[in-house]
Amino acid sequence: MKHLLSTTDLSKDDALLLLDTAAQMAATQSREIKKLPTLRGRTVVNLFFEDSTRTRISFETAAKRLSADVINFSAKGSSVSKGESLKDTALTLHAMGADAVVVRHWASGAPYQLAHAGWLDAAVLNAGDGTHQHPTQALLDAFTIRRHLVGRRGGGDPDGVGADLAGLRVAIVGDVLHSRVARSNVALLRTLGADVTLVSPPTLVPVGVETWPCRTSYDLDATLADWQPDAVMMLRVQRERMSGGTGGAFFPSPLEYTRYYGLDARRLGLLPDHTIVMHPGPMNRGLEISAEAADSDRAVIVEQVANGVAVRMAALYLLLAGDHSAEGNDL
Amino acid sequence: MNPGTGMPGHPDALTGPDTRTVLGAGDVARALTRIAHEIVERAKGVDDVVLLGIPTRGVTLATRLAERLAAIDPAFDPVQGLGELDVTMYRDDLRRQPTRAVGVTRLPGAGIEGKTVVLVDDVLFSGRTIRAALDAIGDLGRPRAVRLACLVDRGHRELPIRPDFVGKNLPTAVSERVRVLLSEIDGAEDAVVISAPAGGER
Repeated sequence: MKHLLSTTDLSKDDALLLLDTAAQMAATQSREIKKLPTLRGRTVVNLFFEDSTRTRISFETAAKRLSADVINFSAKGSSVSKGESLKDTALTLHAMGADAVVVRHWASGAPYQLAHAGWLDAAVLNAGDGTHQHPTQALLDAFTIRRHLVGRRGGGDPDGVGADLAGLRVAIVGDVLHSRVARSNVALLRTLGADVTLVSPPTLVPVGVETWPCRTSYDLDATLADWQPDAVMMLRVQRERMSGGTGGAFFPSPLEYTRYYGLDARRLGLLPDHTIVMHPGPMNRGLEISAEAADSDRAVIVEQVANGVAVRMAALYLLLAGDHSAEGNDL
Repeated sequence: MNPGTGMPGHPDALTGPDTRTVLGAGDVARALTRIAHEIVERAKGVDDVVLLGIPTRGVTLATRLAERLAAIDPAFDPVQGLGELDVTMYRDDLRRQPTRAVGVTRLPGAGIEGKTVVLVDDVLFSGRTIRAALDAIGDLGRPRAVRLACLVDRGHRELPIRPDFVGKNLPTAVSERVRVLLSEIDGAEDAVVISAPAGGER
């Protein structure tokens, strides 16, 4: 692995290596001294062309816990707002000797371009590009699901280390059309053996969804009651990507959206007792998820954030620590 | 980690004509028993002794030593006095080798603060693994003392590190490979084998 651009590139072995490494990283984060010397002297650039708080802070924390130097570069207040192209920004980072570039961009495919255009020799980590992919989010979701649902099922390791997600059912609910989180999760969860159902209003289902390795439904109540998912992942309604008021032309009113697709206490009651509630954040409380559901003891939303640091440490470690000129495994 | 085998690109040379066995199963068992007695003697008992094995084979050896310590002095708890310490993220050669998988670090419930820690590894070679282990221990607590036990000391140290308890001192050439085979991991009978590098130069 030289870059982490899309969950569709990950084989099952790659995905499991990332999750298992993340489990060891998570174990180090309960120590008194959380910092490891592993990436000392390496430079990680956070290149953010789009607003983000938790992903940037999560990557920054992960890099610092591994002793890498972190440079934050956000498009606002930088030369990008003066019209600098992605290429020139990349050449600047190359000149500064960046070893890894964590990039978030509003254009789908920008990280791929950065990785493959030959402007940089750094490892590129996609931290979300347009409506395309957000691989570390999917990995932290899979890690959280595995920890809660596989680790507890018994038999193997309590954290589920080494196990895949075979047989688990995950419902992904809401604004699938604009969601890179949904796209990344569908590919990764399928690779790991889980079954996925997308639930969303017809206007928020992307064109071509029939080619994705998952089922789709327009009926949340029926999916929760009849399919009995093990995890329910609520997606944020991305109002900033919808033109023309709240919901734009995609749904008539926020209240109607909440009635049909919001997770509340009544819908929680339809689920099996072990089902966990997830949300990639930031939440629109009262729109796609009620405060009651978000604060219930089934919600693992805060834990997802903590797991994000461990997963990003694992990704940085696996991309940066070794010598990639001689690929192979000599242990 | 086994510093004696850390040569990337060399295929496993266990069956080559230049392979010879230097310690058999009986020798390994006797060496471990002697090391266990030395640990007890040096620590004047088994109070506060914690064995930390370095993966992979150091963990197995530490487990065996824990059984022997418990046999010598029933006051030793083979669960509370045993742990494993993965040093991967503290190594200084990470950038020279393909990415290594990170192993498990498991400390006894009472931690290592104020204890006498005995690091256990299979082959002591350059000493770099032990340096990494000392750094890792420093992040985990402040033991009263750290000692080093290894089954084989093959020489060629690159750092000022020496073992406190040695199973066998083995003079070797730098280019030779020393491997410890343990029944729990390798399936075969316990042995220490030494092999010349591929190409046969001596």
